[in-house]
Amino acid sequence: MSFDLLFDPLFRVPFFTGLLLAGLLPLLGMYLRLRNEWLAALAFAQMASAGALLAMVFDWPMVAGGVLAALLAALLKGLAARAGANAYALMMLLAWAGGVLLVANHPLAEQAGHALFDGQLYFTGEGHLAAAALVCIVVLPLLAWLSRPLLLGRFFPAFYRARGRDERPRLMLFDLLAGLAVALATVSLGVMAAFALVFVPPLIAYRFGSSWRAGLVWSALIGMAGYTCAFVASLGFDQPFGPVCALLMVMLFVISSVKYNRM
Amino acid sequence: MADDFLLRVSGLVAGYAAPVAGPLSFALHRGEILGLAGPNGAGKSTLLKALWGGVKVFEGQVEKAPDLQISHQAQGFDDLRGVPLTGRELLGLTGASADGLPSWLAERLDRRLDRLSGGQLQFLRLWACLTAPADLILLDEPTNNLDRAGVAYLIDWLGHAHSGQGIVIVSHDHGLIDEVCTRVVEVGA
Repeated sequence: MSFDLLFDPLFRVPFFTGLLLAGLLPLLGMYLRLRNEWLAALAFAQMASAGALLAMVFDWPMVAGGVLAALLAALLKGLAARAGANAYALMMLLAWAGGVLLVANHPLAEQAGHALFDGQLYFTGEGHLAAAALVCIVVLPLLAWLSRPLLLGRFFPAFYRARGRDERPRLMLFDLLAGLAVALATVSLGVMAAFALVFVPPLIAYRFGSSWRAGLVWSALIGMAGYTCAFVASLGFDQPFGPVCALLMVMLFVISSVKYNRM
Repeated sequence: MADDFLLRVSGLVAGYAAPVAGPLSFALHRGEILGLAGPNGAGKSTLLKALWGGVKVFEGQVEKAPDLQISHQAQGFDDLRGVPLTGRELLGLTGASADGLPSWLAERLDRRLDRLSGGQLQFLRLWACLTAPADLILLDEPTNNLDRAGVAYLIDWLGHAHSGQGIVIVSHDHGLIDEVCTRVVEVGA
């Protein structure tokens, strides 16, 4: 066990890349949970991993492949809105099968596949950091703008239609933003770490948030704190980041549940 | 009176896969509160939805005033347990005002919705539709799940002049219809 690596400049770029995404993903997760669409995040992540692997096989940038595949998934989700969770499950199966077959049949895909499935955050470079910063700059203001339509969609589904306005373009934009952020997180943090950061912090924030705004703050803080602990633990104990992050997130939920039940 | 025109409905037959309600005809002007009465299963809620395009119109016409803003309070409510939204945030979504809320609800506005009673939540949801910026308010069984204080407050509020708006109410509560509606249209079974 050694924590000396924590202060190695080599790990600063991966750390800050993940930290940015760990603040952003839970915010998107709050709205996905609001719409009962949190499973979509896992579908986006699986599609992004398959897209990244496919891109690598064709010698294209993995980030671009992952983002394109997740955006395609977001588009399909929007078009197949009535299918709901069935569409996410079908996408997950398709992406998983494609990803595993690529790993099994292409020597180059094997190492990248492990990185994506295990969550080897330490392979992220400055390109990932720049992309994460750019995604935060684009997504955060748009998410603030979309917040009201998304909340109205849950609490007053007929609000816009009764006023002769179509809310679907805004909902589609949210899907694309979620797909973009999850794709980048998948190629930077791994499939399950990205999903854990979308799923668990909102799960806790929904319980403890005294308001929607407070819930958003809670979820971002829980995401960043949990991520930081996972980064330190995985580096200190020389373990793959993805499972450590997922384990820590589950532990956070269990601890918060005990506290919640005592309240 | 022509300037006060909000809605003109003629021979409206509406439904989903097949027609289930109608025909219905009426005209509505600002300042009027119209009650849609009829037996259970007559399709009153379906016709109410048809006024803004929420269901399929099979026959007839719904002519609206230009730029008509409609606020629709639908029956039922999603399960809100676990969503960290306060009453004040809920009102903010529709642009509704907290002014005029009964004191028993105004003092609870900063609580999460899942910390309110069923009656308080229903009244708040109703208020969010009643006071949202709109020319026409459509209320579908507004007294459902309201406690006695809520019903009394609603009747009192509707009883005051709302000259700028028109209201259409569907309700099985004859007391409400008789007390607040300026006109009643029967919907056949």
